Amino acid sequence: MSTVVETHDHGHHGPAKGLSRWLFTTNHKDIGTLYLWFSFIMLFIGGAMAMVIRAELFQPGLQIVQPEFFNQMTTNHGLIMVFGVIMPAFVGLANWMLPMQIGAPDMALPRLNNLSFWLLPMAFGILLSTLFMPEGGPNFGWTFYAPLSTTYAPNTVNFFIFSVHVMGVSSILGSINIITTIFNMRAPGMTLMKMPLFVWSWLITAYLLIAVMPVLAGVVTMMLMDINFGTSFFNAAGGGDPVLFQHVFWFFGHPEVYIMILPAFGIVSHIIETFSRKPIFGYASMVYAMASIAILSFVVWAHHMFTVGMPLAGELFFMYSTMLIAIPTGVKVFNWVATMFRGSITFETPMLFSIAFVALFTIGGFSGLMLAIVPADFQYHDTYFVVAHFHYVLVPGALFGIIAGAYYWLPKWTGNMYDETLGKLHFWLTFISVNVTFFPMHFVGLAGMPRRYPDYALQFADFNALISVGAFMFGLTQLLFLFIVIKTIRSGKQAKPEVWEGAGELGLEWTLSSPPPYHSFTVQPQVK
Amino acid sequence: MAYIKKVFTKFILIAMPIIYSSLVLSEDSDYNMKVGVTEVSQSIFDLHMLIFWICVVIGVIVFSIMFWSLWKYRKSKGAVAADFDDNFWLEIGWTVAATLVLVWMAVPSTQVMVKAYDDAEGEINILITGHQWKWHYEYLEDEVGFFSNLSTSQEQINGEVPKGEFYLREVDEPLVIPTNTRIRFLITGNDVIHSWWVPDFAVKQDAIPGFINTAWTNVPEPGIFRGACTELCGIKHAFMPVVVRAVEREEFDAFIATKVALAEEERMLTSKVWTKEELMERGEGFYATNCSACHQINGKGIPPVFPALDGSQIAMFDSKRHIEILMEGVQGSAMAAFGDSYSEVDIASVITYTRQAWSNGENGDGVIVTPQDIVAYKNRIDL
Ligand code: HEM
Ligand SMILES: [Cu+2]
Repeated sequence: MSTVVETHDHGHHGPAKGLSRWLFTTNHKDIGTLYLWFSFIMLFIGGAMAMVIRAELFQPGLQIVQPEFFNQMTTNHGLIMVFGVIMPAFVGLANWMLPMQIGAPDMALPRLNNLSFWLLPMAFGILLSTLFMPEGGPNFGWTFYAPLSTTYAPNTVNFFIFSVHVMGVSSILGSINIITTIFNMRAPGMTLMKMPLFVWSWLITAYLLIAVMPVLAGVVTMMLMDINFGTSFFNAAGGGDPVLFQHVFWFFGHPEVYIMILPAFGIVSHIIETFSRKPIFGYASMVYAMASIAILSFVVWAHHMFTVGMPLAGELFFMYSTMLIAIPTGVKVFNWVATMFRGSITFETPMLFSIAFVALFTIGGFSGLMLAIVPADFQYHDTYFVVAHFHYVLVPGALFGIIAGAYYWLPKWTGNMYDETLGKLHFWLTFISVNVTFFPMHFVGLAGMPRRYPDYALQFADFNALISVGAFMFGLTQLLFLFIVIKTIRSGKQAKPEVWEGAGELGLEWTLSSPPPYHSFTVQPQVK
Repeated sequence: MAYIKKVFTKFILIAMPIIYSSLVLSEDSDYNMKVGVTEVSQSIFDLHMLIFWICVVIGVIVFSIMFWSLWKYRKSKGAVAADFDDNFWLEIGWTVAATLVLVWMAVPSTQVMVKAYDDAEGEINILITGHQWKWHYEYLEDEVGFFSNLSTSQEQINGEVPKGEFYLREVDEPLVIPTNTRIRFLITGNDVIHSWWVPDFAVKQDAIPGFINTAWTNVPEPGIFRGACTELCGIKHAFMPVVVRAVEREEFDAFIATKVALAEEERMLTSKVWTKEELMERGEGFYATNCSACHQINGKGIPPVFPALDGSQIAMFDSKRHIEILMEGVQGSAMAAFGDSYSEVDIASVITYTRQAWSNGENGDGVIVTPQDIVAYKNRIDL
């Protein structure tokens, strides 16, 4: 299987054969495919963990797993979904689409590109292997607050730290590559303010990554020192401060949550304009909104820490700055609606997912706004209300953006149309189950159920059963998605170069054949 | 007719979630934020509802325009796309509108926050310490304190017997506070970070080792108020509830008087001469409440995280180290230092118990540790 056939055919620039095509590839499309499959596999691994969590929470009492294993499941579910699903999927889409959208043959730094992908399976291999070690994997939550993650952690925490370092290196290398590509390889005539919004969203995201991944590396290194080398950054007994951990973590963590949504903003903007047959409303304000969100995201971190005991002035500052973020976020929603207004709208699967994105992400924005209100957050904090909030912005937000993008570009990538009926079925099942799962969490949280609990009081039982049913349905539905993707890769109606009616006008990617040539643009197109 | 039906269905679609939400979120609903009993908790509830309704109104406007556009401008009805892609004044307009709405929200939020935030001394000051996995309460004025443990049985948790009404929300000894008195909580952690939450008071404050946070309340009416630990603190995070009993002043004074008397009695007990049987009996009870969560009732532990005591070299042959571990804890593990939190009698009796229990009594040296030994240990350390 892995025999390498040397063709010595220098005129032909097709992919290599067998396994080496994937191991040594420097091609942006191959690497994009690797990222996307990696993310898809991790979605099922992280999803299986969520199923364990929901099975245990189906009814009060401990029946399926013990609290220790439950904590490992919540922790690894969070880490995998954030670092192993959402982020790699966005990088995969960037790899596929950026060169095609800016009229380039490939990414600027192809070998680096190969490295940044192959670091990921290594990082997650290490992380997942800890689950099979005698002391068990990380069990301190995806936010790994010290001293639970230092003095009181299982000793596999060192593997966790190493794995976070490797993920960080991968992200930084990927970002360098993306920034370099965007700045150096755009087709003549494509000024910054003519770049497609997905390119803009990734340019901003890449800067955010470069700014905050080193902070994450810093905080895990401080943990490593505390655990193994006798320092006391986070240990009050040695003169340190456990709250310092939270400040450093959230200084990374809040920009991180925007890293997980900005590229989705770019994707749905393209989809909405395509299926409304009308250019995006307020292109410039879309760009400014993303830039302001990115800048503001550096000054809101302590809204995750309203109960750690900050001075009044601090609490108020972080409340106001967080509320400010709602303005650019609102502007984006208004712009999407204005794009649909007086358009000529059709409802293909990518559009359905994008409409759901706009509606449900907005609900996540509303709960975010409520959480920003400090005194009210005293009641919401660390309850299921927060769980509802971030799942609304991350599942029907980030994940719907990714799924919408996959349907939108799949015909371009494979040359085959996906099955529209199945796509719509996938959408409706997903839409319903997402809401059955996450909407009741608002109420359970308000009623007082804290998060990260393996067992709960009887008054929460009804809603928890409902939530679990929704979650199982959601999980099963994604197998349908897998089936649709595989089916499209193998067969389907031949896709035209522009794929979607009128899309030819909207971006350079639609001027290439479907599937596109191995090296996207060998001759740079001219942008007017 | 068909048209009316269409309009009606649309109305239902939009109205349903709102009607549903308002039912679920009405004031006395089980699925809304607790209104609570204090002035602060009530103003927080009002604030929560205000912000919620503002969001609902904005949502209804935005979603109506969106779904109406999707309906009106669908291509299947022959809609032709207009050709515009910006509108300067419209964009300025909605940015300004959004800002104004936020200011409208920020003003009452700031007022409530200022009211809630007040770290002046209380008439009664209570030190709350989060331990893995129980709360310790100490009345600073009267220098008495006690632990508050989950009282739901393991059989209920495992589903071997039916679950009681207050499953996971009951403790052996609730915190008792007087009504109509300003109470200040000083909150800290002993090991990892915990968080002390009582929804009815709208008090949620992290319990951070090495630091003391403050919060306050003033409860107007007697009652039992149940809360929880809200910061992930390890395996038994879900099993360390908070229960507060608010009582009239006289009852509170009587409660404190009993506690003071008990503490005095405890001190007397230390100087008493204890028999092995007395120590064993007391130690067995202490072990069940404080040790068995990790080391298990049969002493087998959950290795490698929680070592077995049955057959342990230390529990069988090294009484000196045994005392040291109980008093100081084991750095870098879940084993806490019990020395400062429990009486000499308790420590001595549980050591004696674990040295006699299971197979240890037969196979080990069977040394009996008395409260006086613990006092001696303390004096040695203090030197
Ligand atoms: C209008 C915009 C938003 C506002 C005002 C907002 C506000 C907040 C606040 C105040 C919290 C802390 C709640 C607490 O712990 O008590 C929070 C949590 C969170 N938010 Fe948002 N948010 C917004 C958008 C987003 C977006 C776009 C994402 C990601 C795509 C996101 C992801 C998260 C996550 C993951 C958490 C919880 C982290 C954890 O504790 O595990 N939020 N948000
Ligand atoms: Cu945040």
